[in-house]
Amino acid sequence: MVKPIWISRDYDACSGCRRCELACSIHHEGWMWPEASRVRVFMPFPGLEVPHLCSQCQDYPCIESCKFDALSIDPDTDAVIVDREACTSCGLCITACPGTVPTLHPGDNKANICDLCGGEPKCVEVCVEAGYNALTIVHEEPNIHRKLYSRNPVDTARDLAVKMFGEKGLEVIE
Amino acid sequence: MMTPRGYAGKFLDIDLTNEKITNTTFPEKDLEQYFGGRGLAAKILWDRIGEKWREVDPLGPDNLFIALGGPMTGIYPGGRICISGKSPVSNGTVGSTASTEFAHELRTAGYDGVIVSGRAEKPVYIMVTEEGGEIKDASHLWGTMGEETIKLLNKEVTRVLDSKKEIGLWKEPGMIYVGPAGENMVRNACVMTKLCHAAGYGGYGSLMGSKNLKAIVAKGRGALPEVYAPEAVKLLWKRAHEHLIANDSFRRQGTGYGGWSTATSYSSEPVRNWQDEWHDERSFGGPMFETRFWVKKKWSDFNCTTNCMKVACVKSGKWKGAITDNPDYELQAYCGANFGVFDPAENIHLSALIDNLGHSGIGGANTMGFAAELYQRGILTEEDLGFKLEWGDAEAFDKIARLIAYREGIGDVLAEGTYRAALKLTEMKGVDCMPYAIHVKGIEIGAHGTRSDADFLAHDIGYAVNVQGGDHTSIVRDGYHELSGAVFADSAVYCSFARTPQELIFDYAKAITGYPLTIESWRRENGPRIVTLQKAFLLLGGPDVIWEPIKDDDNPERFYAPLPTGPFKGRTTDRKLVERRRLAYFETLGWDDRGIPTKETLNRLDLGYLEKSMTGLR
Repeated sequence: MVKPIWISRDYDACSGCRRCELACSIHHEGWMWPEASRVRVFMPFPGLEVPHLCSQCQDYPCIESCKFDALSIDPDTDAVIVDREACTSCGLCITACPGTVPTLHPGDNKANICDLCGGEPKCVEVCVEAGYNALTIVHEEPNIHRKLYSRNPVDTARDLAVKMFGEKGLEVIE
Repeated sequence: MMTPRGYAGKFLDIDLTNEKITNTTFPEKDLEQYFGGRGLAAKILWDRIGEKWREVDPLGPDNLFIALGGPMTGIYPGGRICISGKSPVSNGTVGSTASTEFAHELRTAGYDGVIVSGRAEKPVYIMVTEEGGEIKDASHLWGTMGEETIKLLNKEVTRVLDSKKEIGLWKEPGMIYVGPAGENMVRNACVMTKLCHAAGYGGYGSLMGSKNLKAIVAKGRGALPEVYAPEAVKLLWKRAHEHLIANDSFRRQGTGYGGWSTATSYSSEPVRNWQDEWHDERSFGGPMFETRFWVKKKWSDFNCTTNCMKVACVKSGKWKGAITDNPDYELQAYCGANFGVFDPAENIHLSALIDNLGHSGIGGANTMGFAAELYQRGILTEEDLGFKLEWGDAEAFDKIARLIAYREGIGDVLAEGTYRAALKLTEMKGVDCMPYAIHVKGIEIGAHGTRSDADFLAHDIGYAVNVQGGDHTSIVRDGYHELSGAVFADSAVYCSFARTPQELIFDYAKAITGYPLTIESWRRENGPRIVTLQKAFLLLGGPDVIWEPIKDDDNPERFYAPLPTGPFKGRTTDRKLVERRRLAYFETLGWDDRGIPTKETLNRLDLGYLEKSMTGLR
């Protein structure tokens, strides 16, 4: 049996082109809509670009938090699937997520979470096509590390800042 | 009325004097004729200032600060914003563009542009969201360097947005801002964005400063504007990126390999204020920047896979903490070779400082090089400056950059930009300083010389007849080809480094707008219309300077002196060729032999409204 996929993220390699946002929104919305994208690239300081997307925590705290059974696990991909009819836009899944990854969709105001495009994520396609490989697909069983990627992107950028800028990196993000 | 395709459909009109904010639209005919950005800004300026042009002080409340996207912004690779207004340096107009996320944030907030008039009593910034515009206090931001401005605004604006609406995490806004140089109305200061990106030409940073406007931030949550043929656009989007991704050497090297190679191969790089254009300083080669300082080798702007930017950081030694891009070629040249500085760390520091201060890395650095040559010649002294300003002394150039930004001492004179400073210093010192002022119509010249005739951009009339003066991004070739190039790119508003075949670009533009435009129509109608309107503004000029036809449609005198060293030693710009090609250019555009648009041309281009002003000049 093929192992489930996961989108591995290498922040150093992200160019900040945000083509992932465009590919995602073209796939899901039919048009370029960066804020409706299930992956959003944060830039808390220029040069520090952090793609922010669901990391499919092993224990799925978002699903756990939902009182309306609007979230479920895709049996093939392990992605979190949103039932937009059932979602009440209460925002509990956003609070439950350790990285505050879900957003309320700017169109229908429902929880917006990466569905791995059914197993062929468009964000990864365009990122790999451009040779950045900031987002790549790995085939592996769920593991405990994934959840640690579910993190506020500004905190991630703070770490990245020190790695890229040395001591100066401590000063660039308030 | 249906929103024209490719446009968000409305513009924010902000009167800072009366704190009045309204939504504005423009007739579809204007959009089709002038498109957006550079073209539309010029039309807005004529409609609102028009025949009063000569009397309007660019740094007074009657001038407009205009920031526009265009129909291709965000949708075609390389999203940019185009800044315009009456230029405090040329007294004409420049379509001055910068790559920035501000552009698509503005468009997804529902606006194609922001038009700012009047003057705020106290420092303010403008926040644009789907709810419209808001004028906000910026007292706490006034005086901050670029890095600090970004840091404070990112924090503050996301907090404000979050308090308005809970959506999960708000992403940081896009922003354009000025540094201390803009605040203090250093005439050639930039509108800055993204730390080291700038709308450099035109001096629009000082225009923002004159309005007490520290920044404009935008955060949109909508989709990019609807287009005429979405399926075609999506297909062209993929094709365009295939072209960008195939541009391998540009993607690896950016322009940050040019600091050594442009000089050594083409002899067209400013060295010590253009006293030379050749050097062979291998310490300044691309790999010396890349190996030691590039901490991100592929850095992009929104929707661009060219990633010509590279993040550079000095992590040790005297200049520790300097962060900038490559530096790109222009700043390697102007904040390096032009200062006689050939050390990558020093060049990165000076580029980062100049960006942080909000100086133009071209214009401001040109003025600093001009000052250093006056020092070399004993016209400016240690007494004038308070220190020695010797070539290659990075500390001295650090000092002069600050002196000018804060208008301290002699910095107050130099803050008027190279041309006006030369006028003043000639008077003050009783020595003709003009031969050392390297500008065309007040706009300091980009880092591409004409003397070797080997540069990949600049030749004979490239700057001399350019309606944007020394702007190397808008160089004139023949009054035909560049009109579907730079003039189109600045009006459709995308980055000209997002290089794809011109046929693809025009298919893209057609699929976005549905307008029946072609390369040919831009070369024969839209392009000439925009450039002729810009020319009219330039001819009117004023109030402090009015350019003289022919005499000022020329290169700086130094560009006719023979190159002193290098493989092109002895070569110089051919004056006869310039005269011949200048006349041919005027003829092509339908201007008379002094470069004044003829009545017939104005009628043909639907510019009849200029006739009254042009009659007086003929």
